[in-house]
Amino acid sequence: GNVAGWPAKAFDAKVLDEAMGDSIGKTDVPVSSKVSLKAPTIAENGGAVPVTIEVDSPMTADDYISTVWLFVDHNPTPLASQFTFTPACGKAYIQERIKMAKTDNVRVVAKTNKGELMASAPREVKVTIGGCGG
Amino acid sequence: FFAPGAIQAAWGSDKDPYDIPAYGNVTLLHMTDSHAQLLPVWWREPDTNIGVGPVLNQTPHLCGKWMLDYYGLAHSGRDEYTYSCLDYDTLAKHYGKIGGYAHIATLVKRYREQLGNRALLLDGGDTWQGSATALWTKGEDMVGAQNLLGVDDFVGHWEFTYGQKQVEYLVKNKLKAKFLAQNVFSNTWQEPVFQPYQIHEISGRRIAVIGQAFPFTPIANPGYMIPDWGFGIHTEHMQKMVDECRNDKKADLVVVLSHNGADVDKKMASLVRGIDIILGGHTHDIMGPKPFQVNQTLVINTSTNGKILARFDLDVGKGKLNGWRFHYLPVFSNLIPADAAMSEYIDGVRKPYLEKLQQPLATTGSLLYRRDNFNGTFDQLLCDALRAEMNCEASFSPGFRWGYCKLPGETITMEDVMGQTAITYPQVTVNNYTGEQIKNIMEQVADNIFNPNPYYQQGGDMIRVGNIQYDFNPDEKIYHRISNLRIGGKLASASKKYKVAGWAAMQPVEGKPVWEVFGSWLQSQKHVEVKKVELPVLNADMRSNHGIAFPKTYKL
Amino acid sequence: MAEALGNPMIRMPGSAKKGEIVEIRSLIMNPMTTGLQKDKKTGKLIPAHFIQTVTITFNDKPLLDIDWSTAVSSNPYLAFKMRAEESGTLKMVWKDNTNGSWSADSKITVS
Ligand SMILES: [Mn+2]
Ligand SMILES: [Mn+2]
Repeated sequence: GNVAGWPAKAFDAKVLDEAMGDSIGKTDVPVSSKVSLKAPTIAENGGAVPVTIEVDSPMTADDYISTVWLFVDHNPTPLASQFTFTPACGKAYIQERIKMAKTDNVRVVAKTNKGELMASAPREVKVTIGGCGG
Repeated sequence: FFAPGAIQAAWGSDKDPYDIPAYGNVTLLHMTDSHAQLLPVWWREPDTNIGVGPVLNQTPHLCGKWMLDYYGLAHSGRDEYTYSCLDYDTLAKHYGKIGGYAHIATLVKRYREQLGNRALLLDGGDTWQGSATALWTKGEDMVGAQNLLGVDDFVGHWEFTYGQKQVEYLVKNKLKAKFLAQNVFSNTWQEPVFQPYQIHEISGRRIAVIGQAFPFTPIANPGYMIPDWGFGIHTEHMQKMVDECRNDKKADLVVVLSHNGADVDKKMASLVRGIDIILGGHTHDIMGPKPFQVNQTLVINTSTNGKILARFDLDVGKGKLNGWRFHYLPVFSNLIPADAAMSEYIDGVRKPYLEKLQQPLATTGSLLYRRDNFNGTFDQLLCDALRAEMNCEASFSPGFRWGYCKLPGETITMEDVMGQTAITYPQVTVNNYTGEQIKNIMEQVADNIFNPNPYYQQGGDMIRVGNIQYDFNPDEKIYHRISNLRIGGKLASASKKYKVAGWAAMQPVEGKPVWEVFGSWLQSQKHVEVKKVELPVLNADMRSNHGIAFPKTYKL
Repeated sequence: MAEALGNPMIRMPGSAKKGEIVEIRSLIMNPMTTGLQKDKKTGKLIPAHFIQTVTITFNDKPLLDIDWSTAVSSNPYLAFKMRAEESGTLKMVWKDNTNGSWSADSKITVS
């Protein structure tokens, strides 16, 4: 069974808008250069795509990033991860590896302790058959 | 240094073309993508190397007269031979084969004698693969040649197709050069696998060489061979390394020894601050005799098969590059005597295999070459062989950019077949693909070559097809570039299955090695001629693309 | 699934200066199956088996809480940061949807 406190509704949502609505409560979030999302342009292994998230914030008791959500637009369940930070982190920073079945967009939304929302630009990761080379 | 008569014939003057006056205080010698060709070979420049998006009609996406005009070179003689595909058969007979480690060694020794310890020799990778002996010694014959040549730093791509263990073994135990890669990280802990850069002290200056391995190795080649190594371009990490070299290591000059490919190098140069010079490879392109400048960064690409030795003479000041001279030196093997020690080494490498290497298979009446965006005469033969030997209506062959040429009248030996096929995943397979699957495979490969964003390109050329015809628009998006796909001249059905022979699969498969299939077909033919190279019909917009030397071959 | 489960590992510096931001990296063995894929031999769906939460504390105070979906790759790797303010113990607890629970900790001296 599910672990207590795990946000099942948002994680079970099958389309991006629904997943965003159930997690963030909004589907349109302005893009901010403060939200950085790094991912390879072409996936080496769609089963393990490294992503690095970093949100620019002082991370002090009265000004910090409280929550970050990571989405893969067309995954069977688009919400991939939810991170709840504290000021003690010093940096809103995460690196992990995720699954992508096909060429798709990865995106991140961050929320400050004051409730302000900001998103990364969507980042396209290409999943290809590959082959050939120079 | 060599016979004046020979120089006179080749250069129209008795002046030694390899005699370069010293300049500055640091010299970089660069070679790349030799593809394990220890001996001189024939190498024809492509007649088709289309640039799209930001690199449209830019060097190195220029072919034939366009390349000569761009650099202001003569439409005749040695420049035509070096920089273009024009009049290849005739010029080849006059100027002879290019490259060869014994000839490169003579040049390198000469410059080391001239410059003392002011010179660094940097090898851009794709050195361990491409020949029979390299395959049979798992790259070790080439490590011996690199050691003898005195390579200082080295990066990789095809090297990785020998697998993680063999690369580690050779790098740790055999190779004298430093193997550098800032963009390879372990897949478990995301930790750097190789030393990212090397600092050289030369003339009281600190020269940083940062290594950049081919970013798409596990995609362009089988990832299962290097399961714990992750690649990628890692632009941000490159910036970090440049800053670290400049600020912490007090480097006066930052050089990137890159296997990105020319278009990716240019884009990286536009995004990363503080790189003085990018010495590039992978695309096998001619990108000289002048460097290409992106902001403050000089970018070059140094051809392939030992054809060019690039020499950068630099005046490096405290923390900055004060001046430079650049020399793009074609290695004409007829004009440069072979170095005795290297010749002896090469003979030793070849001796145990000589009989097999020299086994004659067939004669050719046509010029055989591989490199071109869509097809080459050697690939046409290979596709024909695959279909005939595997009893298939169609065939696929990868768009590799290595593989040297044969002139009309020459005998194709087993060594020549290996020169087109020597890889560690050579199995030939037969697949039943629907017309839709065939189109999807071709579309995906096409996007890896013609995506307008260089960071989504892998290099290489379009997949070669046997008995498959198509119309093609490089400027379209993925799944829309190919139209009018026909198999055996008949419009392909999306759902019908076709028997397609192919080789070089990305997953482990069972099958005969391709050199056996190709070799036995050649033997059965005895003499081959390529009457017609099957090429796609290109979109009319390509008429103004300077990456096409012979538009008529594409019905333009 | 014959693969090992658990075996959590943490890599972090053993010491830091006060106020320094340190990176902590971790790994744990878990299949992270989605519940959508079929067993190639039996043709039956492989049930979902994945880590749902990672709870990270420092000296028992909350640092970072993570909720994961099946989109996280097998044998999940996770890196994050912490501002080193005092010496103490970082503790990580991973819990999966089959009542599996693993923990690991690592000490740091702050001067
Ligand atoms: Mn190459
Ligand atoms: Mn290469």
